[in-house]
Amino acid sequence: MSVTFPRITDSARRDLAFAVLTLALFLAVTMAFPGFATPRSMAGLLDDTAILIMLALGQMLVIMVRGIDLSIAANLALCGMMAALFNRAWPGMGVAPVFALSLVAGGLLGACNGLLVWKLRLPPIVVTLGTMSIYRGAIYLLSKGAWVNENEMSREFLAFPRGEFLGVSVLSWISIAVAAAFVFALQRSKAARDLYAAGGNPEAANYSGIDPGRMQFLAYTICGAIAGVCGYLWVARFAVAYTDSALGFELSVIAACLIGGVAIAGGTGTAVGVVLGCLFIGIIRSSLPLVGISAFWQMFINGAVILVAVLLSARQRQFKRTILEARA
Amino acid sequence: MKAVNLVRWETMLAAVLIAAFAIFSALSPYFLSVDTLSDATFNFTERAIVALPLALLIIAGEIDISVAAIIALSSVAMGLGSAHGVGTVGLVGIGLGTGLLAGCFNGALVTIGRVPSIVATIGTMTLFRGAAYAVLGDRVLKDYPDSFAIFGQGYLIGPISIELALFALFAILFGLFLHRTRWGRVVFAVGANPVASRYSGISVNRYRFALFALTGLFSGLAAILLTSRLGSTRPSIAQGWELEIISMVILGGVSVWGGKGSILGVVLAALVFGLMTFGLGLMNIPGIVLSIFTGFLLILVVAVPALVNRR
Repeated sequence: MSVTFPRITDSARRDLAFAVLTLALFLAVTMAFPGFATPRSMAGLLDDTAILIMLALGQMLVIMVRGIDLSIAANLALCGMMAALFNRAWPGMGVAPVFALSLVAGGLLGACNGLLVWKLRLPPIVVTLGTMSIYRGAIYLLSKGAWVNENEMSREFLAFPRGEFLGVSVLSWISIAVAAAFVFALQRSKAARDLYAAGGNPEAANYSGIDPGRMQFLAYTICGAIAGVCGYLWVARFAVAYTDSALGFELSVIAACLIGGVAIAGGTGTAVGVVLGCLFIGIIRSSLPLVGISAFWQMFINGAVILVAVLLSARQRQFKRTILEARA
Repeated sequence: MKAVNLVRWETMLAAVLIAAFAIFSALSPYFLSVDTLSDATFNFTERAIVALPLALLIIAGEIDISVAAIIALSSVAMGLGSAHGVGTVGLVGIGLGTGLLAGCFNGALVTIGRVPSIVATIGTMTLFRGAAYAVLGDRVLKDYPDSFAIFGQGYLIGPISIELALFALFAILFGLFLHRTRWGRVVFAVGANPVASRYSGISVNRYRFALFALTGLFSGLAAILLTSRLGSTRPSIAQGWELEIISMVILGGVSVWGGKGSILGVVLAALVFGLMTFGLGLMNIPGIVLSIFTGFLLILVVAVPALVNRR
């Protein structure tokens, strides 16, 4: 349990610096606009960022083992559609089966990615580009292109993520629970150490009895399951399910990971860093209207932040390959 | 062995192309006419023109996710130029220039900044697309001079559009460059083994930079064609094209591990893509169904060699 890796302490240092930066940004905005720090608007910020946080944590696992999941948003949309259709067919069954369905379906979709990467050793970027198209197409086949609207969703289905506990939405609480589980598991569990090892140096991991491919499979499956649950939450939060839900969101999720300090070369990344990255984006997004900058600047600022983050981290390490990685 | 696989894949693509052609002609009476087929080319030529330099970039072991965002940025730049009274020739200059600059920016990040290309271009994708949104917001620019419409709507001879002619011309040039010149062989070498290439006296980073610049330039060209065809610019123009263009390149048999691929494959993949989209459209099957087919094909193109090599 007391094993620590030098690269993790490096990451801890980075996390600390980033936390100070995020806090400084938060304080600066609060100083200029005291209304920003009210519990109400904090809860809103968390609610807006909750799904991004969960998806980015799942994506982090995959990137950590030298993969990438471009199908994450399509997985989310497909599971969201399944949840909505299930709820329409059996509205009386409540939220629990919907939740379980999206979790299992998402996990299976993620496992498909994982199996192709593990067993056939296919390049992750191509596999998930392919499944992204397939999952999107499947939504169309499943829904026949029709939307599932608010009036076709049961009351419990819609109310669940919006319910409040201690002034914070259930959606936010779920993301807090997921984040806490990640922080704890990544520091304490053997599986997490194997994941870091498999991503950091697949060959060395192989010699020490860890199958890097199996670790990739595990990462994709967890990432998929998270995407599945987020599918239901997304559909319930926005009260609509359609073929193009969350279209293009995969790249925003990856961008959040990059801001959070996850290196595309694998082997590094912390849950704290990723959560901070998402909160950083969230703070900028919700402070723009206060500062009087049009919301249309959000994306440009995100781009600048990503580039600064990756340029800084590129200076610190030397990398071997540029297009994801050499064959594992 | 590897060369054999590649040849096989291109033969397969050609077979798919012929089969699709035969099936659509049998199923739809409107399919087999020169005018219809000429119309069909518009839905893929702009993307295919970007796929050519991107294929070189991927063969060299890099990737550019920002191509669609560069198209948006160039289109916005042209729209603003046009609003300030710039003429057609000037607009072409602005479009190509913006693309080239954006490509050089990517190249600098990867070579001087030493950022992995997938990371760098996800960043610039957000930055360029963000700049388009920041400048335009929810406005639309559509005051283009009448003569500007020729690039995306004009015809060279008979049913051959200017877009198609440009694509054919550049496909031949890129094919000759990649497969018949020393520089083309260097592109393969850089992708297959960058370290060995450097030790053999190749300035690897100079090639990388040039290929990013080239990809930017052709994204600028695609922006001219697309903007001219649509006659308007929104910040969301060409949204999602990056992954479609990359799919086209990979479908063409280019390996994302670098060092493998051919222009013929990319051209065939572009034709299959365009023909399938159009044929299914004629039969009232929406494009999203095609994406299932594309997805399976993408996995197949990498799975087949993997399965063959296993034995």
